[in-house]
Amino acid sequence: MTGKKKRELPERTAEDKKAFKRELTEVVPHLRAFARGLCGRPDMADDLVQEALLKAWAAQDRFEPGTSMRAWTFVILRNAYLTDMRRNRFRGDYDEGVAERILTAPAGQEEPIHLSDLHRALLTLPPERREALLLVGAGGFSYEEAADICGCAVGTIKSRVGRARSTIASMVEEGKVPERALEDPSAHRAILEELDEVAAGNGVTEPTR
Amino acid sequence: MTDQGKTGGAAKPAGAASKGAGVAAKAGEKPDWADGLKQFYDSVVDEPLPDELSELLARFDEDEA
Repeated sequence: MTGKKKRELPERTAEDKKAFKRELTEVVPHLRAFARGLCGRPDMADDLVQEALLKAWAAQDRFEPGTSMRAWTFVILRNAYLTDMRRNRFRGDYDEGVAERILTAPAGQEEPIHLSDLHRALLTLPPERREALLLVGAGGFSYEEAADICGCAVGTIKSRVGRARSTIASMVEEGKVPERALEDPSAHRAILEELDEVAAGNGVTEPTR
Repeated sequence: MTDQGKTGGAAKPAGAASKGAGVAAKAGEKPDWADGLKQFYDSVVDEPLPDELSELLARFDEDEA
């Protein structure tokens, strides 16, 4: 007997494997949307999705059938993103032109604010607020689900979403979506430093004012 | 030509104190841009899968066989 008990994984039937593949396939468009919101550049976002899919496939025995595939794969994608960010993969690589071209609004829809502006505003948020808002405000996850995905308390998610919303709201109200926040090396560095904190599991507790 | 686009925050003084408070007071109602976030997400969800991702999924099937 070893001190650490390994969790027994039930044998997967062919049915289970088929279901896993089906559910994984269904969730890919959502992974793309989450990744795009996180990292801005569509090509990099898809690389991230590819990485997450490979990891999910390799770890499929750890997926509990009946639980949310979207939440499970989002955790994997998020971890891959944080790891890549820490390896400087996206550092200084944000291409606003690309983001703007790709993010055109669907035809025939009235936009209160251009999606490209909104996306840029989103990208200027500190990463932990950005992902919280993406999960809850765009992806439709509950606060509880988002907290599970980010590995933090529900209250923390609520506060991050609230802060993210008020930041974007004031940018929109004042018509001041930053043009160059991400090109500004110091701003970019600050964002990345915060990311390191998040990736290190420090969760970045919000200072109370 | 009017300044229609700016009516949203028109009555608000430019005082720094009102900044966060005004936003917080409206937390219950959904601002216009909130739909935009969802729309952004959905617009990516609705895109066709790029080839490399479809190919990857296809390779998973071979892996099974």
